[in-house]
Amino acid sequence: MKLTVNRKTVTVKAHPLTRLLDVLREECGLTGTKEGCGEGECGACTVLVDGEAVNSCLVPVAQVQGSRITTIEGLRGTHPLQRAFVEHGGAQCGICTPGMIMAATALGPRPSLDEIRTGLAGNLCRCTGYAAIYRSVLASRARSRARSKGKGQRAKAKV
Amino acid sequence: MQGTIAGRQLLQPRWLGDAVKMLRDEGPLVPLAGCTDLYVALNFGTLRPTRFLNLWNLDALRGIETRGNALRIGAQTTYTEIMKSAAIHRRLPMLAAAAREIGGVQIQNRGTIGGNVANASPAGDTLPVLLAADAVVVLRSAAGTRRVPMTSFYTGYRQSVARLDELIVGFEIPPVRGRQWFRKVGTRAAQAIAKIVVAGVWDTARGEARPRLAMGSVAPTPLRLSQTERALGSGASLADAQQIVQREIAPIDDLRSTAEYRRRVAANLVGQFYSEARKR
Amino acid sequence: MPIRRAVGRNVLRKEGHEKVTGLARYIDDIRFDDVLYVRTIRSTVAAGEIADINYHFDRTGFTVVDYRDIPGRNIVALIDEDQPCLATTRVRHIAEPILLLAHSDRTRLAAAEVAITYRETAPNFDPEGSKLSFKTIAIEKGQLDRGMAEADVVVDGEYRAGHQEQLYIEPNGVVAVPENGGVTLYGSLQCPYYVHRALTVLLNLPAEKVRVVQTETGGGFGGKEEYPSMIAGHAALMAMTSGRPAKLIYDRGEDMLATTKRHPAIVRHRTGVKKDGRLTAMEIDVVLDGGAYATLSAVVLSRGMIHASGPYRCDHVRARGRATMTNTPPNGAFRGFGAPQTQFAIEAHMDVIADRLGIDPLRLRERNALRPGDTTATGQKVGKDCSALQVLRAAGRRTSFSKKRKTFKGSNRGIGLSLFFHGSGFTGGGEVKLASKASLALTERGVQIRVASTEIGQGTRTMHAQIVAETLGIPYDQVDVSIADTATVPDSGPTVASRTCMIVGRLLERCAEEMRSRLGRNTPAAYFKKHGGFVVTKQYEKPPGLEWDDETYRGDAYGSYGWACDVVEVEVDPVTYQATPVSFTTVHEIGRAIHPMLAAGQIEGGSSQGLGYALLEEVVMRGGMMANAQLTNYIIPTTLDTPPMTTKILENPYKHGPFGAKGVGEMPIDGPAPAVVNALRHAGVVVSEIPATPEKIMKAML
Repeated sequence: MKLTVNRKTVTVKAHPLTRLLDVLREECGLTGTKEGCGEGECGACTVLVDGEAVNSCLVPVAQVQGSRITTIEGLRGTHPLQRAFVEHGGAQCGICTPGMIMAATALGPRPSLDEIRTGLAGNLCRCTGYAAIYRSVLASRARSRARSKGKGQRAKAKV
Repeated sequence: MQGTIAGRQLLQPRWLGDAVKMLRDEGPLVPLAGCTDLYVALNFGTLRPTRFLNLWNLDALRGIETRGNALRIGAQTTYTEIMKSAAIHRRLPMLAAAAREIGGVQIQNRGTIGGNVANASPAGDTLPVLLAADAVVVLRSAAGTRRVPMTSFYTGYRQSVARLDELIVGFEIPPVRGRQWFRKVGTRAAQAIAKIVVAGVWDTARGEARPRLAMGSVAPTPLRLSQTERALGSGASLADAQQIVQREIAPIDDLRSTAEYRRRVAANLVGQFYSEARKR
Repeated sequence: MPIRRAVGRNVLRKEGHEKVTGLARYIDDIRFDDVLYVRTIRSTVAAGEIADINYHFDRTGFTVVDYRDIPGRNIVALIDEDQPCLATTRVRHIAEPILLLAHSDRTRLAAAEVAITYRETAPNFDPEGSKLSFKTIAIEKGQLDRGMAEADVVVDGEYRAGHQEQLYIEPNGVVAVPENGGVTLYGSLQCPYYVHRALTVLLNLPAEKVRVVQTETGGGFGGKEEYPSMIAGHAALMAMTSGRPAKLIYDRGEDMLATTKRHPAIVRHRTGVKKDGRLTAMEIDVVLDGGAYATLSAVVLSRGMIHASGPYRCDHVRARGRATMTNTPPNGAFRGFGAPQTQFAIEAHMDVIADRLGIDPLRLRERNALRPGDTTATGQKVGKDCSALQVLRAAGRRTSFSKKRKTFKGSNRGIGLSLFFHGSGFTGGGEVKLASKASLALTERGVQIRVASTEIGQGTRTMHAQIVAETLGIPYDQVDVSIADTATVPDSGPTVASRTCMIVGRLLERCAEEMRSRLGRNTPAAYFKKHGGFVVTKQYEKPPGLEWDDETYRGDAYGSYGWACDVVEVEVDPVTYQATPVSFTTVHEIGRAIHPMLAAGQIEGGSSQGLGYALLEEVVMRGGMMANAQLTNYIIPTTLDTPPMTTKILENPYKHGPFGAKGVGEMPIDGPAPAVVNALRHAGVVVSEIPATPEKIMKAML
């Protein structure tokens, strides 16, 4: 089976019913996507399939042939959300963070606080109480705006 | 736990015609759509069937369109597609309301209305909507198409009239007159299984009240509350209707809630429906 | 406060980049060659004798381990010695581990059928009816009868709290590698030296043959304080028996079913008060359900009892408590460690008293809150760093509490508050017994912190590096933190009890002070070039004046306390009986916020767990087993269940904490549950048991 993962074509040998989560972690060696529950409740396994957030623990790999899959590794550390989660405390223990960031990338460029809360309702965090996650997402939005206005202007990190 | 895939088989039809032939000739096969229910059991090692049929790529099962009077919703329509559909917002907003309350974004992007109906849980969030809308379930097999009213579809706990060689291909919704109403009471505000879920229509065509009311998680199947409807429609007092609904349902105690809670809240929800759905 | 280079600033989290890029390596991310996967076969009965074990599978390629394969002592070494690592002939709870299977093929491992028959005996699930107490504690201050005689009114109350599951998003997991004639254990854990000790006892190995390495840990909250000693023991046994690396990662269901939870509690109060609200006498009775084995019940009870009378002055207190045995999976550490249970009770009870007397709950607490110079129930004189009144008044002002108490009356909305405190560090003589050490090394690469304290999300690495950087006068980025590896770091004690900053951070501050004086005016690099490297190690020294008597349970229970006040507004839906917290405000006094953002993170996260404890998180026990051991059915708050939170941090420094810091990790979870229950009471719903589910609220309203 051929999959497109983070813009690269990969050939996988896994059984067609194998969870996309396991194909990513084991065959592709992309361990950034995590398993927190195996029942689609925690969202730690969130990846994007054709730009949409899904729980990869509930997706048979056969169903994503021909789809564009994006994992946390695919953001290459340069997405504004990633920096924002560090600067604003959105990541504490970090286990929910890849899934949370992937779900946040699907929120669009200018989510309101309500849209953030609804868009991240499928991602459980036990450490932060979510408040710092909202601050991180809102800050990354500000940074994105500054960048696009930008010409090299860096948005000031809030303390 | 890992290690539950080996020995299982996935058949991958390219067209709907192939799919129903496989069901007839190569069964038993469990159809897989968005997998948001089936894969939970698979991951837990509690799923017994070993042979599956992949529906995900069958475009014939997708799409929302108006055909004549009826609103036709393909079985493979995801909750996200339902929430984005202008036609559904126009004609069946209570379905969009139900879709919004299912899981979170990740589940909404993959879960399908056909899967919700086929899974046949009494707590399925779209099921009371389809019942209250007098939806028709469209089934296809190699032998042809048949249509079954949603109100006759379920025969018992997780059992329906669908045969093993049949696929749910879509739903046909006649025009719904009157104000639509939906409420789900879950274990929390998102990502929750319903403790009780209600859909209703207050239809006042031709000046007479013909309320339609359906409820989930209060019986082995989702229920159309015909006795309660009759009481409300015939002008009985709300208090009487609330007594009737408590007798009409058969809730149980389970891991999420109690029979007593479900009974009381069912009565309260009938009251809320009564006061909110009749507003102009 | 002067602007400093590190302390008091929101420097970047040391491992933040790794966590947001997917580079951080949790135990399941690390590939080990030639690994065997392990599966635990567990009891399906709550009490009985093992009659027969039958293997219904082809055993080719399998390694099977039972208690007879244990080279050392078959115990999970902790405090008592009652808990076997693998059951021998009897079982005392459902999910008790009996034997271990391993295979390199996960499919065959999952398919293997083991049939165990038992001679069941009658289990006991009632903590009050239990015949076995793991621990009893009695606290006595003044003369209770005198206090009761002085009272104008006597108010009784009974309060119950259920289990709570820690629900770290990364389940328990370890890999044990046999090497060097011993074993190296990698895993998700809070206390490397607890695991180290447990393994030396279990495997009969000398200390230097056992190495424990903490991997990046996805949450602990106490659930990885003592439990890892059990799972590590299992993996290590399998590794030593098979000669291959043994990987044991629980899935969510097994983790919820089999590992420790917060102790359920029944707390009874009988309180004497004057008409003006002054407390004259407090009589308190506490029963904690310890589950089948003692584990940490004695210490949970201890902290619970010391906090049971709340942050109040009262001359006459009698508090009695016991932790008892039931045939359920053993309960253990969870953030707060007894204090959430007992402070829930006292704070809910204070509002009952306020109602009875017709006094505003805030005024009642103002009247009775500890002030500097007052003594606690154990006779400890609280010092200038006591901030009970400050946090209470600040929270009341910010939320317009007293005004809303009037304006919400008769509506579906209620506003409630709780005043609470939390001692930092181990109780009484505990820190002396731990004798923790911290080291600071000057190496070719720079300055390195070597402590056994673990990063589990709270910011240990970052906060420790700030303290060292500040004290040494070097940039934060130049301070490195060693992995928590028992081969490299000294025993700094466990990462629990809100001690990682106040106790271990202080040790590092002292290390850095000595290093600074030895460096003179050199930078670390310049000094190394001239003289080579060195290591400074400091050991815990009890601050002067702290006295504790374990026999009488009197004296200075903790070096310092944090103080806090929560105010929550709750709306009750009359149709569904659901209670929704619509706003949450907290004022926390923590000595010094080394990293204000991380401190706020602890407060917001702990408060969110407290709200779950109050309203949502119910462990449904049936026949001695958790029946809802699935994330679908054990309900923790999502974004949509969490209200907007406003946090205010106050600083009233503690002389012996680093830069004045006290602890902050646990205190936040002590307050929300009673604040919620008090808000419900204000809205006309009287509940005395948490979680206050809609089903319970319905019963209270009808």
